Amino acid sequence: MDTRLMLQMHRDMVFGRLFEERVQQLFDKGLIPGSVHLGIGEEATQVGAVRALAPQDYVCPNHREHVGDLVKGTDPKRLMAEILAKSTGTAGGASGSCHLSDVSCRNLGVQGIIGAVFPVAAGAALAQKRLKTGCMVLALFGDGCSNEGTFHESLNLSSVWRLPVVWLCVNNQYGMGTAHVKVSAVEDIADRACAYNMPGLVVDGNDVLAVYEAVSQARQRALAGDGPSLLECKTYRWGGHSTMDKRLYRPKEEVEAWLKRDPIPRLEALLREKGILDDASVERVHADSLKAVDEAEEFAMNSPEPRPESAMDLVFCPSEV
Amino acid sequence: MTMREITYRDALGEALHEEMARDERVIVLGEDVYGGPCGYQGCFGVTRSVVQDYADRLLDTPIAEQVIVGAAIGAAMCGMRPVAEIMYEDFVALAMDMLVNTAAKTHFMTGGTICVPMVLRAAGGATSIGPQHSQMWTSWFMHVPGLYVVLPSTPYDAKGLLKTAMRKNSPVVFIEHKKLYNFKGLVPEEEYLIPFGQANTLRPGKDVTLIAMGYMLHLAQQVVDKLRERDVSVELIDPRTLCPLDVESMVQSVRKTHKCVVVAEDVRTAGPTAEIAAAIAENAFEYLDAPIGRVGARQAFIAHNKGMADYVLPDAARIEQAVQHVLDWS
Repeated sequence: MDTRLMLQMHRDMVFGRLFEERVQQLFDKGLIPGSVHLGIGEEATQVGAVRALAPQDYVCPNHREHVGDLVKGTDPKRLMAEILAKSTGTAGGASGSCHLSDVSCRNLGVQGIIGAVFPVAAGAALAQKRLKTGCMVLALFGDGCSNEGTFHESLNLSSVWRLPVVWLCVNNQYGMGTAHVKVSAVEDIADRACAYNMPGLVVDGNDVLAVYEAVSQARQRALAGDGPSLLECKTYRWGGHSTMDKRLYRPKEEVEAWLKRDPIPRLEALLREKGILDDASVERVHADSLKAVDEAEEFAMNSPEPRPESAMDLVFCPSEV
Repeated sequence: MTMREITYRDALGEALHEEMARDERVIVLGEDVYGGPCGYQGCFGVTRSVVQDYADRLLDTPIAEQVIVGAAIGAAMCGMRPVAEIMYEDFVALAMDMLVNTAAKTHFMTGGTICVPMVLRAAGGATSIGPQHSQMWTSWFMHVPGLYVVLPSTPYDAKGLLKTAMRKNSPVVFIEHKKLYNFKGLVPEEEYLIPFGQANTLRPGKDVTLIAMGYMLHLAQQVVDKLRERDVSVELIDPRTLCPLDVESMVQSVRKTHKCVVVAEDVRTAGPTAEIAAAIAENAFEYLDAPIGRVGARQAFIAHNKGMADYVLPDAARIEQAVQHVLDWS
């Protein structure tokens, strides 16, 4: 793999981690309304998957996807402002973390309704095929989401119509406080792919290079007109379901085992081994990321609130007729 | 304009055909919308009109309402202008989440950066197929911000309103009445569109305002004719779209007639008649000489048995009774 790409993905993961840690801090200070779902520990899946796309490809993210959003190109300042419900946010404060979108970098937005991502992504992929855009759609969803009925409807349709879509399950082991294995008939969600006549692959979701490779191949398949794939990236949600979660329901040993599989030091070790990363460069990546996070926070904190009456502005999209 | 008589079904088909010719981004997806040369070509035959020229843009789907509507939304978000056909209005319940939480909210949730130009067509209203194939639920959709709601009563309106619906940039719920598919009416040869939010005053009158739409409009017309023989002058208004609702036209009429009856096929409770009556009461209270009459289905389901179904549904006799009641009020 290209050295620059590996270093880029290292920067993506470090920046994503620091960005989300800052979000947690701002939440703890009571500055963020509602709640936020953080993907700390899952960076390799988000970064590897989104880096495998071309800029013109579409993403339908899940609700734990700040890192992937940043990789796709969302300005961290506007992302932070949206999380803080400010007028300068990606949706002017209307969406918050739970419904983030950024069509300027082809992020079609989080479906806050678990399972709604599947039909929407199928439709987005249908548009690519019909309009012959040469683009594809990456749909990300959690293990919990995979038990929604829309999973079946949409994976089936995407296969029947050979749509250019990659279905990527971020299996972080828990849907809120319920363990995946407790509520799913199969341990590997990828096993379900056979029911839809598409390839299904389990990927080490904490290995950013493995995720990148798997998504790249599935993307090629999609663009070649060979249809969709189902990838399952096994990873772990270090934190709670949301920033409010006290996470008392998980065995301590399980958490400790996964903490040892932190995707960032893992990539760093590899890059050091290859001689393309050293202490100084790691430090520089951290310093640069921290600076960008500080700037994002400052921008968001200093941004004005939206006008209350702007809540009425966008209910309908203007039409010519 | 050159007029000719065609059915409501063919009027809808013409609208689809003209808009598909005009805009290549239009596709129609749903169960059996094509089905091949000998296929259904629409559960009620509406897409038959476009099969010859646009079969490749009629996408037969599995029986999977959530992905029919959801895929229409996703395709609309990426630049297409899909029309999703759901056979019966009752079945829209299966796709309600996609409609309410995604179609309606996307433009708002994305800060106005993504719009969802799609039309959901479904056949509503009572026939004799029984409880899960007969309901009229327009007030469900009226209740949701961000959705246009249309219920055409005539072939003329069906064509003009569907063409407008297909050019809107926000989602439209377009309810077609099953009992009207074979109903014939005059439709111009030339192209025309009917703007949303413009009620149609079918008959001017001075004694009472009667508001009805869909199949109910036809029952109301019978009542108007009958009352005319007794020298009662009824102003008959069809709102045509429930969102946006042309409150102004209805209020103006009531300010003239001072009496009003509202009819809808939905159950009365929290139905369109409730909303319309409230809007009139708010805006024309001092002009009213009688309480506003409301006629709707009873709070029950539509049975397979005709006697049972008729007992629940509004009919001409009940509409006439309601009109007489407000006329007699003193």
